[in-house]
Amino acid sequence: MSRTVVSKRSSWPRWARRGLMENIATAIIAIGFLMLFQHFALSLYTYSFITMLAGTVMFIIVSKFPE
Amino acid sequence: MLNRTADNVARATPEPLARKIRGISDKGLAWLFISPTILLLLAINIFPLFWAIYLSFTNYRANRPNEVVKNLGLSNYQRILGDQDIWIAMQTTAHFVFWTILLQTVIGFTLAWLIDRKFRGHAFWTTIILVPMMLSPAVVGNFWRFLYEPQIGLFSYVISFVTGIPPTNVQMLSNVELAPWAIIIVDTWMWTPYVMLICLAGLRSIPEYIYEAAEVDRASNWRQFWSITLPMALPFIMLAVLFRGIENFKMFDMVNLLTGGGPGSTTEVASITLKRQAFESWRTGYSSAFAIILFVAVFGLANIYVKALNKVKQR
Repeated sequence: MSRTVVSKRSSWPRWARRGLMENIATAIIAIGFLMLFQHFALSLYTYSFITMLAGTVMFIIVSKFPE
Repeated sequence: MLNRTADNVARATPEPLARKIRGISDKGLAWLFISPTILLLLAINIFPLFWAIYLSFTNYRANRPNEVVKNLGLSNYQRILGDQDIWIAMQTTAHFVFWTILLQTVIGFTLAWLIDRKFRGHAFWTTIILVPMMLSPAVVGNFWRFLYEPQIGLFSYVISFVTGIPPTNVQMLSNVELAPWAIIIVDTWMWTPYVMLICLAGLRSIPEYIYEAAEVDRASNWRQFWSITLPMALPFIMLAVLFRGIENFKMFDMVNLLTGGGPGSTTEVASITLKRQAFESWRTGYSSAFAIILFVAVFGLANIYVKALNKVKQR
């Protein structure tokens, strides 16, 4: 017995799918974290918080996006 | 089930209240039961968080409650993120987090791999290895302080026995170069069993038939380790690394008990700086801003942790 699976096409843009966007947000958090801990430049440390905050907020938002 | 519980509650309560409970819906009853927990959570978790966010924008000092509170805007954040001393405290934290995680992961995974061989008495040794993890940090901190004593400490005696250096010269907690390593050793000793447990769960989840197929293909033990064991246990190792990263980033008790941030400020990790600013300098607004920065860092890491956890669950 064969069954035809009809997948419903989502109108949500492919580039804005959860998986990809979550990976980008995770990368931004990780970069912010490295900026906070590095010992090379004070300016990187200064901008670490805003980078981490942006990544975290982005992660919260994009985790609600469809897969 | 809920209806029966509602009836039991109604029977055990005075008549006027019982009549009200009998008329309540299942959803209403569920809300009635969880509302004390929600209220408690709001009072001890959510409210202090929002209060700290508010204080981080002010010049409030907890030792001067009657002083007029001035709104400083983002000034506290700008000062913290341009402060050389706080930057150094962050680097100290990074040094501590990096080495503890590296040592705990390498030793923890090796122990898990050995325990997974299921040799004679492996259950007994697993229990022995897990003991440090079950102890309170206060107890661990105090007895390691005793072990590190240059005059009577067992650790100094062992180092002296192996290297020939007089035990009085092995000043683990008061030497600028050795003090950070003293804390790293204690944390590694205490939390390696935890990493071992997570890695062991990962190793036990690998199906036996994969190894059997590798045996048929005449793959060497070394090849099996690199191509099967390590890749399949990797999500679990990552989980352990993230969890220990979050915990060690907030590390306070062990550092406070062992060195208190000294000698000088060589072991002053971020949480010790925060405590000094909040309860020694009484800069409550400033320390609240610092706490929020640390919170965002930990929250960001926790998001990555949850993502890694979901990946493990999907396997």
